[in-house]
Amino acid sequence: MNAKQILTTLMMVLALIVVGSTAMAADMPEQVTIDTMVELFEAVEFDHDMQSELGEDCSVCHHHTTGTGTTDDRCISCHANSDELETVACINCHVSDPFSSEQLSRESQEIYQFHIDRPGLKGAYHWNCTGCHEEMGGPTGCEDCHARTPEGGVFYHKDATGSAGEGGHL
Amino acid sequence: MSGISRRKFLAASVAVGAATTLGGTKKALAAGSFSGYPDGMGVLVDLTRCIGCRSCEAACNKEQKLPDPNLPFDDMSVFDQTFHHGTQKRRTDESAYTVVNRYTPEGSDPIYRKVQCNHCAEPACLSSCSVNAYTKTKEGAVIYNGSVCVGCRNCMIACPFNVPAYSYSSAFGAVVKKCIFYHETRLKDGLPPACVEICPQEALTFGKRKDLLKIGHQRIQTHPGRYIDRIYGEKELGGTHWMYLSPIPVEEVGFDPRPGNEPIISHVKDFLGVVPMVLAIWPALFTGFHLLAKNQEGHEDHEHEIEQQHDEEGGQQ
Ligand code: SF4
Repeated sequence: MNAKQILTTLMMVLALIVVGSTAMAADMPEQVTIDTMVELFEAVEFDHDMQSELGEDCSVCHHHTTGTGTTDDRCISCHANSDELETVACINCHVSDPFSSEQLSRESQEIYQFHIDRPGLKGAYHWNCTGCHEEMGGPTGCEDCHARTPEGGVFYHKDATGSAGEGGHL
Repeated sequence: MSGISRRKFLAASVAVGAATTLGGTKKALAAGSFSGYPDGMGVLVDLTRCIGCRSCEAACNKEQKLPDPNLPFDDMSVFDQTFHHGTQKRRTDESAYTVVNRYTPEGSDPIYRKVQCNHCAEPACLSSCSVNAYTKTKEGAVIYNGSVCVGCRNCMIACPFNVPAYSYSSAFGAVVKKCIFYHETRLKDGLPPACVEICPQEALTFGKRKDLLKIGHQRIQTHPGRYIDRIYGEKELGGTHWMYLSPIPVEEVGFDPRPGNEPIISHVKDFLGVVPMVLAIWPALFTGFHLLAKNQEGHEDHEHEIEQQHDEEGGQQ
């Protein structure tokens, strides 16, 4: 292999890497708008770019779906070498209505042991986000991420001013 | 009020008493053979997930159109409230069908426990009710019919979880208030309760009771060390439709650790069997009481007469 051949090979490899990473970057959203509870809380703009820089590896949040090896004991037994899936967004597996009749009958018929009791979207977000925030010293209060709408204020009765101790008879 | 209406009321209550004691016997005989509704729904409460945000309380308040709370639902100072000289935490009442309490076991982070009706498979409230105001539905809820309730509060005493509450503020209508699992407005259509829907942590898992048991046991198995090996409500008191997974022994989060696996009805079954017998001897019994009382009266009168006589004699002396 002469110098020219080596150079060509190197350039091809480089080109492949560039194409590959562009494809990944194109797939990867910079920002994700989470707007499943907009009646009570403003939508949350999730800075996916910033968060993915913080995370060591996609599998921290995406389990085995991005093709990076999962580290979760329960997933690894089947998904150690799983390929990237077509859809990797949280909502593709963690549904927003985990307790609807359709989901419950799906759950009743689930054959894969570790797919039983799959968290819904809200659970998955909160466990992942607050779990990590607790470890990393990120914000964990409800309103640190979720600004309330006026309806939210009414819902929580934010203006109630009775005295403590009156609540609840004995 | 006339004497007639009072007498009518008494007659009616005796009739109701007779009817319900017979009803009670039927229920008592059924206990033991009834193993609950297999497809009944329930909720698995996972105490390791609950963060004490009280959103479930707010959702219940809104959907059940309960009175405004004294403090906002995001005011966490309520966790410091205690009653009966610090021995009792908040409990459910007519204005709150669910409350969340905080427990701070030594050496562990605080644990929060949501309290509401546990919708027993064989409810003690139902067996104790003399007018059959309670019903256990096949969907899993324990509901009550306020229009027949006479406010005797037997159910409040019978409930092992201290749940039914008496409505002090209503002069008419339904007087006992508790969580009814949204039976009419949600459960019948297969919808989860509002508290389950709002919970940010999915601390509340809604599903068929039998599926929840599977899920609960799987959680215990796949997360060694996270939970104690017990689903509270699986067997306790004959089984409940709201069940709990706990990271620490249940007595540390305010549960009776050994309530027994028998439904309350089994404990009173023998007693209830005696009731028809009592009814049979009722007239004789009361005639006896009456005669006794009369005798006593006569006796007293007699004594009184004697005393008078003595006085008179004394006066003469
Ligand atoms: S809404 Fe969920 S997390 Fe919040 S207090 Fe209720 S059960 Fe706990």
